[in-house]
Amino acid sequence: MRRFLVIRFLQALLALWVITIIVFGLSHLTGSPIDALLPDDASPEQIDNLIRHWGLDRPYHVQYLTFLGNALQGDFGESLKWRGQSALGVVLQRLPATLQLGGLAILISVVVAIPLGVMAAVRKGTTLDASANVIALLGQSLPTFWLGIILIWVFAVGLGWLPTSGYGGITYMILPAVAMAWFQIAALTRLTRSAMLEVLDAEYVKLARLKGVPEWQIVWKHALRNAAIVPLTYFGVLAGSILTGSVVIETVFAWPGTGWLAIEAIRGRDFPVVQTVVLVFAVVYLGLNFIVDALYAYVDPRIRYD
Amino acid sequence: MSTPASDTTSLADPIRRSGLWRQLKRYPLVPLTILMLVLIIPAIFADLIAPYDPYQSHLRNRLAPPVFWGGSWEFILGTDRLGRDILSRIMHGARYALAISLVGIFLGAILGTFLGLLAGYRCGWTDIIVMRLVDISFALPSVLLALALAAVYGPSFQAVILVVVFVLWASFARQVRAETLSLRERDFVARARVVGCGHTRILFRHILPNVVNTVVVMATLQIGVVVLLEATLSFLGIGIPRPTPAWGLLVADGRQLVVSAWWISFFPGMAILFTVLSINLLGDWLRDRLDPKLRQV
Repeated sequence: MRRFLVIRFLQALLALWVITIIVFGLSHLTGSPIDALLPDDASPEQIDNLIRHWGLDRPYHVQYLTFLGNALQGDFGESLKWRGQSALGVVLQRLPATLQLGGLAILISVVVAIPLGVMAAVRKGTTLDASANVIALLGQSLPTFWLGIILIWVFAVGLGWLPTSGYGGITYMILPAVAMAWFQIAALTRLTRSAMLEVLDAEYVKLARLKGVPEWQIVWKHALRNAAIVPLTYFGVLAGSILTGSVVIETVFAWPGTGWLAIEAIRGRDFPVVQTVVLVFAVVYLGLNFIVDALYAYVDPRIRYD
Repeated sequence: MSTPASDTTSLADPIRRSGLWRQLKRYPLVPLTILMLVLIIPAIFADLIAPYDPYQSHLRNRLAPPVFWGGSWEFILGTDRLGRDILSRIMHGARYALAISLVGIFLGAILGTFLGLLAGYRCGWTDIIVMRLVDISFALPSVLLALALAAVYGPSFQAVILVVVFVLWASFARQVRAETLSLRERDFVARARVVGCGHTRILFRHILPNVVNTVVVMATLQIGVVVLLEATLSFLGIGIPRPTPAWGLLVADGRQLVVSAWWISFFPGMAILFTVLSINLLGDWLRDRLDPKLRQV
């Protein structure tokens, strides 16, 4: 178990290291980093400061080590758009809003998808199964950003039930969270359904039936417990698409999280903030995946000896 | 996993029909037709069938509603803020959707197949390095790369293609490697070596033809993913640059006007939806018919 976790942890670090190389390569190897890291109207003094701070007059490997050293200390430079604030500060300030929305989206997708997938598997071939299939198919084909706009159009503008966009309480979160969860519901439903189908065919389920265990107990206790491992592995992927989704959905709903921040920063040519968002997202994503791996190994002992 | 479309094809037909009809029923006609109408025909013939130039402004007809919403037949799906014809813009947008998918998938498939062949055939260090790269590539959300690229270069076609290749290559590499691993142990490979074939020849003349089928099926399944990815990036302003009528940009154009002119965003979104939906349906059908192995992917 420990060996498995150590290997997984090192792999996550390796992936993070590759990301730092990509980010560094994009900002330093292509053209002058001064263009990327400073506004067009920078004073000679600012340019001097930047060159000294990042060691831009030295060879590339020294520059990379400086970049890495600064990054490890949480120093990603100053934001260009939000003057006087550090890039990391700007990003961390917006992170809670993203986690809030992402958390609600994950909650919605689990609460909807798992029962739907289980029921579709139990009532295989019925109308319920077919409609679950249609929902799954639609979910995988709907462009999230368009769904967001349509939800605003129908529920906020047309019916006037919910606010169109902006930051606020639960009423402000419902539409963006539903739009974000839609795709996850599709994927999770399909996964749960196929996992359940496999488990419901197993010997111990038949034995439980022979023993006269009530059917609801067989389905929700015996079978689901064993089938749940498959959707669990999907949570790593889920975390990734929630991050992607946050960029899209926050932009559509003007939700002041990290995703929207990234888009604003790109429009304002604020490279320090963009690179910080990329690295913070990567840390969050790899961290969540590591936790999922650990849980997975804990739940299913077979994994540890891979 | 079956879909409504493949269910109808597998049901035994009690009434005997003519041979041609039965031939046709074996193919998923509905998604194929949608795909032709929404993506392929407009993409190829946009210049001929689009009623207007997609960039031309009809200033007298700004925000004209679609024909069934009180508009005229002049602009069937209405016009946008600058009076550009929505239908023509959607038709021309199909070009960009199709072109980006074809180029991106082609490059991603070639890169992935090549590395997969190499990793599966050479084993050892080559295998370890390639598979590590595959893991890392799966571990990175594509949007991160897209954001970083867009921040440095601004929105561009090359950046979109690069993101697509980055997203796709790893799944091709993993699948091809797995198949190569089993193929290299087969008798025909050993015989080829006995008659004196070099490694390059064995790889490209004997093993490659055996994995091409899988690669083609996988490539087809990816079109939906790529169309969605390209539209999302363009919508965010980090994909295809303006004023190109890419579908994602068309939806973005109407975002602020959804109260007064819903049709600007609505119809391009429907084009994306129908394209991706029909490709997913075709994908399910293909998966069931051609390659049971891919059900795991």
